Amino acid sequence: MRLETLRDLLTCEVLAGAEDLDTEIETAIAADAMSAVLACPHLRGLLITGLTNIHSVRTAQVVSLPAIMFVRGSRPTEATIRLARQNKTVLLSTKLGMFDSCGILFSHGIRGGN
Amino acid sequence: MAEELFRRTFQIEGGDFENAGERSAEVTMILKDLGVDPNIILRVGVVAFEAEMNVVMYARRATLTFVLTDQEIMVEVADDGPGIPDIELAMQPGYSTASDEMREMGFGYGLGLPNIKKNSDVFSLQSQVGKGTRVHSIIRLMSYG
Repeated sequence: MRLETLRDLLTCEVLAGAEDLDTEIETAIAADAMSAVLACPHLRGLLITGLTNIHSVRTAQVVSLPAIMFVRGSRPTEATIRLARQNKTVLLSTKLGMFDSCGILFSHGIRGGN
Repeated sequence: MAEELFRRTFQIEGGDFENAGERSAEVTMILKDLGVDPNIILRVGVVAFEAEMNVVMYARRATLTFVLTDQEIMVEVADDGPGIPDIELAMQPGYSTASDEMREMGFGYGLGLPNIKKNSDVFSLQSQVGKGTRVHSIIRLMSYG
């Protein structure tokens, strides 16, 4: 799924990386604990989280996740957005909760990967 | 005999949550520039990041040494922290002595050391209470794919 499709599907605000919305994602991982993300990394997947501090972007960078979607209307700090712009990580924010976000993406073919 | 291609040493400060992960991100960038297999980079990234976060959470300072040879990648983190009294317990997934503040940062869920071991081809952990901890990880370049 292209990130621009995901943006429309979950009515996301784009906080960083608007120029990279043609990026394709096939899998996703949802967690607020970054160690859980590191425990089963999904190469080129989407990170769905409520964690808005700088570690969400660092985690995405270290395990090559091209995009992060913040749930529950969470907004990351300015430092987080700045780092995402530097690293070319796409940041999206949806008002939906984590469960509903995952359900909608699953019903559109996104899977949890291995 | 393995040929050493690249070596870099980083200093990590305990409690420096703001810059935590910066060294690991740099290591992954170096490997990307060198054209290393993305699956190998992923494993090195997890090892380095988890080890770095452990230092930031529990130790005063540490040295992260990263060595690339034509056969493997070595990541070693040696800190002067409080040490681990029961290594077997610390290696159990879910066991953690982290504070709520650390968990708010997204870490401290008892997955760090198991994650490091899982992604290593060779793993060793040495610790002395009151002296510090040394985590040594080797990831072979040919072990994946």
